[in-house]
Amino acid sequence: MQRLANLAIGTKGKIRSISDSDLEQKLLEMGCTPGEQIKVVRRAPFGGPVAILVSSYVLSVRKEDALKIDIKLLKDE
Amino acid sequence: MSKEQIKIALAGNPNSGKTTLFNAFTGLKQKVGNYPGITVEKKSGKAKLSGEYNAEIIDLPGTYSLFPKSMDEQVAQQVLCNNTDEDYPDVTIVIADATNLRRSIFLLTQVIDLNMNVVLALNMVDIATKKGILINVNLLSEELGIQVIAINARKGNGIESLKEAIIKTIDEKPKKLFLDVNKIFKKVIEKANEIRGVENNYASFLALCRQKLSGEVLNRCALNQLCKQYEIIPERIQAKETVKRYKVIDKVIFSCVKKEALAGKYQFTKKLDDLLIHPFFGYIIFLSVLFLLFQAVFSWSAYPMELIDSLFTDLSIWTANAMPKGMLNDLVVNGILAGLGGIFIFVPQIAFLFAFIAFLEDTGYMARVSFITDKLLRGVGLNGRSIIPLLSGAACAVPAIMSARTISSWKERLITIMVTPLMSCSARLPVYALIISMVIPTDEFLGFNLQGLVMMAFYLLGFLAAIGVASLMKFIIKSKERSYYIMEMPSYKIPDWKTVIYTIVEKVKIFLFDAGKIIIAISIILWALSSFAPGKKFEKIEQEWIGKTDAEMHIAADKLEASYAGIIGKTIEPAIKPLGFDWKIGISLITSFAAREVFVGTMSTIYSVGDDNIQSIQERLKNVKNQETGEAFFTPSVGISLMLFYAFAMQCMSTLAIVYRETKDWKWPVIQFLYMGVLAYLSSFIAYQMLS
Repeated sequence: MQRLANLAIGTKGKIRSISDSDLEQKLLEMGCTPGEQIKVVRRAPFGGPVAILVSSYVLSVRKEDALKIDIKLLKDE
Repeated sequence: MSKEQIKIALAGNPNSGKTTLFNAFTGLKQKVGNYPGITVEKKSGKAKLSGEYNAEIIDLPGTYSLFPKSMDEQVAQQVLCNNTDEDYPDVTIVIADATNLRRSIFLLTQVIDLNMNVVLALNMVDIATKKGILINVNLLSEELGIQVIAINARKGNGIESLKEAIIKTIDEKPKKLFLDVNKIFKKVIEKANEIRGVENNYASFLALCRQKLSGEVLNRCALNQLCKQYEIIPERIQAKETVKRYKVIDKVIFSCVKKEALAGKYQFTKKLDDLLIHPFFGYIIFLSVLFLLFQAVFSWSAYPMELIDSLFTDLSIWTANAMPKGMLNDLVVNGILAGLGGIFIFVPQIAFLFAFIAFLEDTGYMARVSFITDKLLRGVGLNGRSIIPLLSGAACAVPAIMSARTISSWKERLITIMVTPLMSCSARLPVYALIISMVIPTDEFLGFNLQGLVMMAFYLLGFLAAIGVASLMKFIIKSKERSYYIMEMPSYKIPDWKTVIYTIVEKVKIFLFDAGKIIIAISIILWALSSFAPGKKFEKIEQEWIGKTDAEMHIAADKLEASYAGIIGKTIEPAIKPLGFDWKIGISLITSFAAREVFVGTMSTIYSVGDDNIQSIQERLKNVKNQETGEAFFTPSVGISLMLFYAFAMQCMSTLAIVYRETKDWKWPVIQFLYMGVLAYLSSFIAYQMLS
């Protein structure tokens, strides 16, 4: 199990849980439901936001918020 | 034949093509107003559906769900969930991006469960097909129990079929619920229905989730009681429901959508992002884009501005001659026309700025800029999205402040609005230019022109002051609202020129009508202050100068001194003396409140200079002697002090008017006026005392 904030670009995984209820509400309605597959596509310089590919679009969240998102890693096929 | 008028609400995610569809429906027959009591903008327009039906279309703010997070989104929920709302639609169109179906039909399924008459406009099906996403539209329509129309809002494809579908939907509810909340939460929903006195399971569910529905205040207590009784935590049931809803959506998508391998389109976005979000080149490119934007707003708009200026001058001269001489003539020419000229002169800058911003936004570049600057700006209480207002402030604070609307956190948006006027705008330029040419020698410093360096230093000073004040306000302004940065990064696309044009028209209209009213009022007050004097002083002045050389010029100067504005100037003289200013500068400071560039004109009137030629004003001002010492009045210390005052003081009623309009509270423009005044006074005081 990993935090989204710590994943390298290109890493694939599945969302396990989001540990902050307020953040969870916002991300859930954007389609970040548990079990949904994600891929880290970008990281902004200087510890800025992280961009992920989720249900076929790119979403960016702040690094502090990404620390609260648990990811189950997927092996590359 | 009388036509039937129906109400249509247009809802959808941001970036789904909602605005484009709205424009396609209504053309330029749009109206921008406000929802009662709140600052959220309400856009509506009229459209012809058929020979029998006309429609009023309300463009709801973009939202991802009916769980609102900002004031904008709350409006969407309020209109859709409350059938007593005056905007409650007969038919709702939900627009969804076909390339992103899963997320974009979430909102639609909520609207279906509210049992509203709804049509799905599936936008960009052609692009989805190119990307290898094949959607079975008929099957989707069957699964959802509503009409689904494939459209391309930009090309205008499918609009006619959409209109037909709307007419059919006027008395057609969805065939089935998408997700029956009653099955998940059973008794609680029924009880909530009883409390609210309505039979709408989903509306009652939203009410239970503590979503502020209008008119729900009375039921609040009873609903809270209900939650306690059944041990319900509103956040938890909302999360549970969202997850269930997405499970059903995934099932529908599984049966209706076939995916093939991604084609080249996505690769294009990826390659462009490699460059535009690059840790080094990303910032370089951004700075270049800014430079171009700054150039455009600053220099390209100079020509139309000159044209508007000369048009108003001609109009003033013509009116002055055409109307009988007297008070009314003076009011129309020097009060109303001068005020109108002061408003219209900003139109080119506003148009250019918003053309650029709409263009950058429509391409998807803006989302990238805030992505790479969010971290840097957050340190000082701002947001990644604050960068555009701040930098456009270097051209003109008025459009810059209007562009702060994209910042969703109220605190970050407010700080942006409060500090943007510290950026040195183009109206300060003539003031700086005049003073610098008087007090700064034309020497070279390290091989650069010293005058140019001083000018640059003042621009930099404005930026640093904005950053400094922002970091202070970060601690002062209290907000319970947590700041988020959850943003979609849309694929790049070629901007739609129609959207760009509509944006320009809309922003210019807002400026002319909303800020314009206030500017005219203040212009008339300023005119009155400088055109009237207590007693019969004016008559005496006229008699005194009659028949003498340059009489007109001297009369104007003496009259200004005797007028109420002159009296105010003399009254404030003791207060501004420590800054090195006399009562004449005092009058200029007051008249500058109409707009900073008025300074040059007032100085020229007051020092009896016949024309507005900068060269001659400059020569004349250089010869002004200090009455106490007999030396030149405009020393470098007076000049620097005066420039600092202009750099920091809030002397722009257009800006104050727009700040009021954007915050809907006089508190903020007043605070802004005061803090900038204090900052200006202190820095001028320190500079003058140290330098002289």
